[in-house]
Formats: sequence, C-alpha cells, structure tokens
Amino acid sequence: MKSLFKLFSIIIIIIASNSYSSAAEKVEYLKTDWSFKGLFGKFDRASLQRGYQVYTEVCASCHSMKYLSYRNLAEPGGPEFSEVQAKAIAASFEVTDGPNSDGEMFTRPGKLSDKFVMPYDNVKAAQAANGGAYPPDMSVLVKARGGGVDYIYSLLQGYDEAPSNVSLDDGVYYNKYMYGNKIRMAAPLSDGLVEYGDGTKATVEQMSKDVTTFLMWSAEPHLEARHQMGFKAIVYLIILTILVYFSMKKLWSRIESEV
Amino acid sequence: MSEKKTKRRDFLFTATTAVGAVGAAAVVWPMIDQMNPDASVKALASTEVDVSSLTPGNTLTVLWRGKPVFIRRRTQEEIDEARKVKMEDLIHPEKDEDRAKNPEWLVMLGVCTHLGCVPLNDKGDYNGWFCPCHGSHYDTSGRIRKGPAPWNMEVPKYEFVDANTIKIG
Amino acid sequence: MSDHDYRPKSKVGQWFNDRLPLLTLANHLTDYPTPKNLNYWWTFGGILTFCLITQIVTGLTLAMHYIAHADMAFESVEHIMRDVNYGWLIRYIHANGASMFFLAVYIHIFRSLFYGSYKSPREIIWILGIIIYLLMMAAAFMGYVLPWGQMSFWGATVITNLFSAIPLVGEGIVTWLWGGYSVDNPTLTRFFTLHYLIPFLILGLVVLHIWALHVPGNNNPVGIDIKKPSKDTVPFHPYIVIKDGFALLMFMIVFAFFVFYAPNILGHADNYIEANPMVTPAHIVPEWYLLPFYAILRSVPDKLLGVVAMLSAILILAVLPWLDTSKIRSAVFRPLYKQFYWILVADVLILGYVGAMPAEGLYLLIARVATAYYFLHFLVILPVLGFKEKTLPVPLSITEPVLGGSPNLAAARNKESKIE
Repeated sequence: MKSLFKLFSIIIIIIASNSYSSAAEKVEYLKTDWSFKGLFGKFDRASLQRGYQVYTEVCASCHSMKYLSYRNLAEPGGPEFSEVQAKAIAASFEVTDGPNSDGEMFTRPGKLSDKFVMPYDNVKAAQAANGGAYPPDMSVLVKARGGGVDYIYSLLQGYDEAPSNVSLDDGVYYNKYMYGNKIRMAAPLSDGLVEYGDGTKATVEQMSKDVTTFLMWSAEPHLEARHQMGFKAIVYLIILTILVYFSMKKLWSRIESEV
Repeated sequence: MSEKKTKRRDFLFTATTAVGAVGAAAVVWPMIDQMNPDASVKALASTEVDVSSLTPGNTLTVLWRGKPVFIRRRTQEEIDEARKVKMEDLIHPEKDEDRAKNPEWLVMLGVCTHLGCVPLNDKGDYNGWFCPCHGSHYDTSGRIRKGPAPWNMEVPKYEFVDANTIKIG
Repeated sequence: MSDHDYRPKSKVGQWFNDRLPLLTLANHLTDYPTPKNLNYWWTFGGILTFCLITQIVTGLTLAMHYIAHADMAFESVEHIMRDVNYGWLIRYIHANGASMFFLAVYIHIFRSLFYGSYKSPREIIWILGIIIYLLMMAAAFMGYVLPWGQMSFWGATVITNLFSAIPLVGEGIVTWLWGGYSVDNPTLTRFFTLHYLIPFLILGLVVLHIWALHVPGNNNPVGIDIKKPSKDTVPFHPYIVIKDGFALLMFMIVFAFFVFYAPNILGHADNYIEANPMVTPAHIVPEWYLLPFYAILRSVPDKLLGVVAMLSAILILAVLPWLDTSKIRSAVFRPLYKQFYWILVADVLILGYVGAMPAEGLYLLIARVATAYYFLHFLVILPVLGFKEKTLPVPLSITEPVLGGSPNLAAARNKESKIE
C-alpha cells in the first residue's frame, strides 16, 4: 500500500508542475462564488436567464455564438426557458434560409433547431466593422482563456483609466486583466444597461457574473450532467474497490505472502 | 485454479462480481447510445412546407428526416378512384378517408415499404405510384395493390398550420 | 507455450482445441506462474492494457462523429461535445485517457528501470516496449492535432518542422508530410488516418510484448531468476488478476476525477480557439507527457543537434540493456544505483518542468544541466557503476531468506558480491 501513496504523490507532482498556464501570467483575478463549481455544482437558472439577456442585448451585437442553437435554451441543465419562451426567442430572430424552389435565399423567423444568428456574415466582415479586431466567438470562450470564468468576470470589470506610463492608440482601451493590458473592446457594461425582468439590480458586477455564468454554460452545456454522473461513478468505483480489496485479501490469505 | 476453489464462491466473491458486472454494463450503454440520433437530428423532427403553388394533379416532394415526403394535391377523379376501392381488394386494408383527412391532400412518406426505394409518380397499374426496384404498384391513395411490398406507404403525422402551410412531424 | 500439456475435458473442447489451440492459450494465460512477491508497481501492465482498450473503444466511437476536414473538424468536435448522446463523456475519456496512458507508461518504464527488468533475458520485451512508447507519442501527437484548435495547428507546425533540420532533404520531407506548403487539410486527413492506424499497431506490439514476457516470465522485486512453477510463484488467475484489478480500480478513481471534475486541466486553453494560420499563441507548449523531450530539444542551441539530442534521449533507452553493465537486476541490492535512479527521476521531472517554462534565463540553464545529466546517467554512470558498485547479497529464492543468490545461478556461488 505504501507504494500506492508514493504513486499518488507523483501524480500530484505532475499535476502541480502542469499548472504552468496559470503560473505563467500571475494576475490576481476578482473572485466570486460560482454556483457551478465543486462536486455538486449546478448553474443558477435565474442567473443563466439574466446572463442570456445580457448576451443578447449587449454582447450579441458583435460576438457570435455559432455553436449554440435556440433549442439549447430550453434544454435541461441550461437556462431552462420553457419551450414556449424558447420558441418566442427563436422567432424574434430573422434567419436566412434557402434556397427556395426559385433558387433564392429568403429570411424567416427562427426556429428552435436554428443556430444562434451571427452578427456578421464572416470573420472579415466582423473585422471590418470593428477596426480590424475580430470579436471572438463566445461559444467556448470560457474554456479558451487560461483564467476561465474568473478571467472573463474580472475582464468585464477591469476597465480603468490608463496609468500615465501607458499610451493608448485610438480605439484601444486599458484593462487591468487583459493580457498586455490593452483591449480593443470598449467597456461593454455600465450600471443599469439592461433591465432585468426579475427585478435584480443590473450593476456591472451583477451583469458580469450573470453573463459569465451564461458563457460557462454555453462552453460546457453538460456540466451538470457531468457532475452528477461523476459523483455516482466515483462512489461506485470506491465501493467496488473496497469489495475487490477484501476479495483480494481473502484470496491471498491462502498464500503465505503479503498483498 | 483448482476445482474446490471455484465451487466455494462465497458471498464476498459473488457480491464483487455482481457489482463489477453492473458497472461494466453501465459503461457499455453510452457507447451504444452515441449511435442513436443526436440532439441536433432530433431537433429537426418537424418541417413546414408552403404548398400554395401546388395545383391539383401535381405532387411536391420534400425532404423530412432525410426521406422524401410526397404531398399530392389530388384531382376529383383520383379521390373517387381511391374511395370506391373495396376493402377486400386491398393487401393492407386502410380507408382512404383515414389516410387523407382532407381528401384533396395526400401526404405520405415516399418510401416503398418493401426495401426502402422511392416509388415513381403517376406510374403503375393503379394510376398512383410504382416502385422501380422490385415492381410494387400503389394506388392513388398510396396503398399497395400489387407486388412484394407488404404495407401501404406510411402517412406521417402532419397538420395544416394555415391554408397554405403543412407542418410535417 | 511448450510447457503445457493441456487437454480440454469435453469432447467438443478437444475437437476445437486440436484444430485451434485457443483453450491451451487460455489455460496458459490463467495458469501462468507469476512471482508471488510482485508489488503494486507491477500492476501497470494490466492498467496499460486497460488504457489501450479504452482509447481504442472511445476513439472508434468518436471517429463515428468526427469530421477530418480543416473547415469542419473544430465544429464537429463541438458537435460531439454538445449534441451527440454522451459525446462529452466519450471525448473527455479519450482526451484525458491519453494523459492517463502516459502516466501509466512512465510508471511502467521507471519500474523497469528500478528493478532492472530490461536486463538479460528480457531485452526484447524492453525494446518492444520502447517501440510501443514511440508509437504512443506519435499517436498522441497526431490525436492532439485532430480537434484543429490553435495548439493542434501550431503543435503540428512545430513538430513537423523538426524534420526540416535534416540536411539537404529536410525541407522536401516537411512539404511531403504536410501535403502542401503549410499544415492544412491534407495534413489533417493523413494525421487522422495514421491516428486511427497506430493504436492497432500498438495492440499488435502489445501481444508480442506479452508473448516475449511469457518466455522468461516476470522479473520481480528481488530481481532473481525463480523456478516456475514453484512455491515462489502463484497462478496468474485469480491471484494476479484480482491484484491488478484492485490497482486498476484505484487508477480509475483518479481517471474519473479528471474526466468528471477537471476534464480540461491537462489540456491547453488555446486549443478551444479554432486553428488560425495567421496567429501563433503566446505560449506554445506540448502536452505534459512530451515536456521532458521538448526541454531537451530547446536546450541545444543548434537546430539539427537539438533534434538529434531529443531523438537520442529516447533511442538511448533501446540500448540500455547493454549500457547497464551490472549483473544484479534489482536496485534493492544496488545501493549506489538506487541513489542515481532517484536522481534520474528528479532530473526527468525537472526537465518536464522547464519544458513548460519559457526557454530563457535560468530555465534555459537548468534545462541544459538537466539534459547533460540525462545523457551522463545513461552513457557514463550506468556503464561505470556496473563495474565499481559494491552490491548487497542477493537471496537465493523469494520464499527462503537464504542469501547468496544471483540473477544467474552460476554466479550464485560467488557469495560476497562484487560480481565478476
């Protein structure tokens, strides 16, 4: 058994030596209590729904979310809008479809099976409209950034006056948490920018948290299922391990040797 | 392993084996289920078709769940022909009234029930459809009349959303 | 399996077995006499078999949904993660499974180094293992390219460019590997093909690896030759099977933790950004299991020599049975070797650490020292140690604590052991 402990300590060393990505850029991110962390972590539905509102009213004018479909909004483990609400959301978007029997493209109201409508037709159009900077697709953004949710959450609140030693070009802003501190996106949030239906006060902090929660879900739509299954799997494995351990002891007791 | 040992399976070994087997079975399921239709395929389960341009005596073929669906706007002769057929003459007896709620419109999966080919329009001995693969003849209600196919062509779930739009699925 | 005169009891069994002796094989595998003192470090062979099968099964299912096309690969991975039933589970098992596979293989290799399992008569087992390890690295590298993220793309670019270090034909080889003038769709499709093929090659080599193992039988912590079967051995089934099973379950708990609670911790965030040939990520780092070799590559300031050093670091292992001149197998009886062994372990961990750090300043210096030591260990320390080291007395058998044994029985008489 001793060697097994040694083994685990080696594993831990390897993991520790592998956390280089966070070690490379030492920035203290703002902290908040995320409901989806931990063994039983789940999303806060109300926060996801508010987060969707922030995304669609603020972010969506520049940032696409091309891997999401409107049906996802009604799926379990997500914002869980009712099917009727999700259909209404989908129908509020104009979707280009076609070609029809005349070979023409046409627009129609969105359906649940449609992917989120993109603000720009392609990357080039997005760059042209944003002074050459491409607003990244947000579907998996949280997983595509080293600091994850904490980074996004901090970035949204990290806008500040540039220190005197930093000179900024036109259309570039100072952000405490951005890599290199220079960002091409103007501060997207301001207090009261959106009006939440559930009466929650739309402070920058609240909106940052909501929209970051929403982005976490969009990047990991099966997070809740994963946590639930993981708990069951590990409990099962522990039980079986114990059973196998005693079976092994029993079998090996016939041999005068230690296991 | 000597025989004595195999026979003396006590509770501990049985429990261990059983618990292990349950886990192994649980692991197999995701590997099987991944081949079932995925969420994006299921989401496409219904489709809406604009039939305003369809004139009597013509058929529109649309794709639904990867299969052709025939939408036939029938003429009065076709309807009459379909409705006067006696049930005992049918291989798979179904009333035309049940297959086409609105007699002018026949909506069915354009798939031969023999082995899945797509029958041809306005062909065959019964003025309906004819499957070129193995020679099944369907009448103007899409019912099998002659040939190896065992059943009538399937009528999917559909509804008129408005006068000009059919929602299939 | 010449040591078996197995005859099935049933008539049908006999009929079948006379024509295809599968039952003889099964009997050989279950009865296979195994040293009874094998410790948990010996369970990693079974764990590795599990890893290989897991990777093949999850890989096959992923391949049913994955699209090997530069325009669609990234999207198809997202499709797997979002829409395919249990797709997220299968992909996370496969992605983390690669890491688990390497974790297990490194323990397996270092177990062999500690107990001298590579020595005569097990050289072929060892060399087959090195080939398997090389193929694993190739499979892992190509697999990492398939999601077509930024790290996939730039990893592929950097690694394939290693071949450009070859004088004269290097550039031509790189263009040939790419099927174009940069890493692009032709590269992706051929990598997918090879990534699909290699695991089956590994499977074949694993069969040979086990076959070669079953000729002399397992080495053991004492490192002496034992009589088989004898009271030093137990039948493989059920004794070793259940012990391997127990260790495997412990391993699976760690595996499950990664899959369910930290599925992306071993990966790199940049790989969730779709490949972009116009922008290189700020920190480009291979997966953790390749880091020691990456550090060796970067520690040499010359392009060709860096590649040569990196390849030598792996290939030197193939000649290890002849570099190690000691006749004693187990480090248990080699007090000096034991210390050098742990220094080597530390050295490789240090190489892995600096491999993840920027190649500058102190890190570069450490990488150079560690690289030099790595080669020093194999090329100087091991050969010299075999002659100079004063080893401890070795027991004659596992059960009887009689000292004076030796890996070969002839030398067993030579009690006070400065062998030769």
